[in-house]
Amino acid sequence: MGKYIKFFSVGIFFGIVLVKSEAVSWYRIFEMFKFQSFHMYGIIGTAVTTGIIILLLSKNKKIKTTEGKSLRVPLKDRGFTRYMLGGIIFGLGWALSGACPGPMYILIGTGAFSILIVIAAALLGTYVYGLLKDKLPH
Amino acid sequence: MDYILQPWPWYVSGPCIAIVMYLLLYFGKTFGMSSNLRTMCAIGGAGKRVAFFNYDWQNHKWNLVVVLGAIVGGFIAHYLLSNPINMDLSEATIKDLSALGFSDVGQSLLPPELFSWDAVFSIKGISILVVGGFLVGFGTRYAGGCTSGHAITGLSSLQLPSLIAVIGFFVGGLIMIHLIFPILF
Repeated sequence: MGKYIKFFSVGIFFGIVLVKSEAVSWYRIFEMFKFQSFHMYGIIGTAVTTGIIILLLSKNKKIKTTEGKSLRVPLKDRGFTRYMLGGIIFGLGWALSGACPGPMYILIGTGAFSILIVIAAALLGTYVYGLLKDKLPH
Repeated sequence: MDYILQPWPWYVSGPCIAIVMYLLLYFGKTFGMSSNLRTMCAIGGAGKRVAFFNYDWQNHKWNLVVVLGAIVGGFIAHYLLSNPINMDLSEATIKDLSALGFSDVGQSLLPPELFSWDAVFSIKGISILVVGGFLVGFGTRYAGGCTSGHAITGLSSLQLPSLIAVIGFFVGGLIMIHLIFPILF
């Protein structure tokens, strides 16, 4: 149980940040795809910039994980088709439902229970991908 | 305290998200929210029928704990750390959405036109939520990650596959908002 407390805490922090930044809002996603505000680009841009800097610093200082291993970001397999096609399908759904997987869960906490329908559909989508995986171009 | 109760500016929120990513890496894991959808399918027994879900999901329980935390965090932020919401959306967005038939734009996190129970119990309303969710679930597994895994973690570690995926996210999003929304609404 104890080992899960740190993950629970990180989750709480993540949930608070995404609500307070309004990144969980359908309206903000619409606004982003309309290029009508810098807000979401600012969030993603500073997240990535900060991420790049922290990861470089961490590599430089040879920081180890709490499990004593060297801290590394797992590498994605090479490829193009799955990333582009999968990305486009994801983007269509992201813009329509206004929620990517993180915000989906967080929105439950804000009392928006109709998001459970979106989550159920996302589970179905994941299941259907698993079903068709070997038939799809990757 | 007032600073916390106000909506947080992007230059505070973005770096906080990077900290979340780094903490999970520091704990020997990775930041990926969509993996939980696969885990939940596996827990539900999907592995008996589909090999993709036949793996040791016990190793992914930590990520479900992150999800639980995120739900609690959402509750805390929304009910304890927020002034009544009135989002500072751009004028153009409010105007465009009004033209599409949305009212009270930005007065809640989600538009009642899509997420209220009245909307959910209409054919069009529930279709939008189901199709949207399905595409997210299918697309994210096909692409091997979502906003957290590709846009934040993948781009922060300068990985080309993630850049391709993020470009895909935007191509899809732009098609939906600019080409499909005018038909839908």
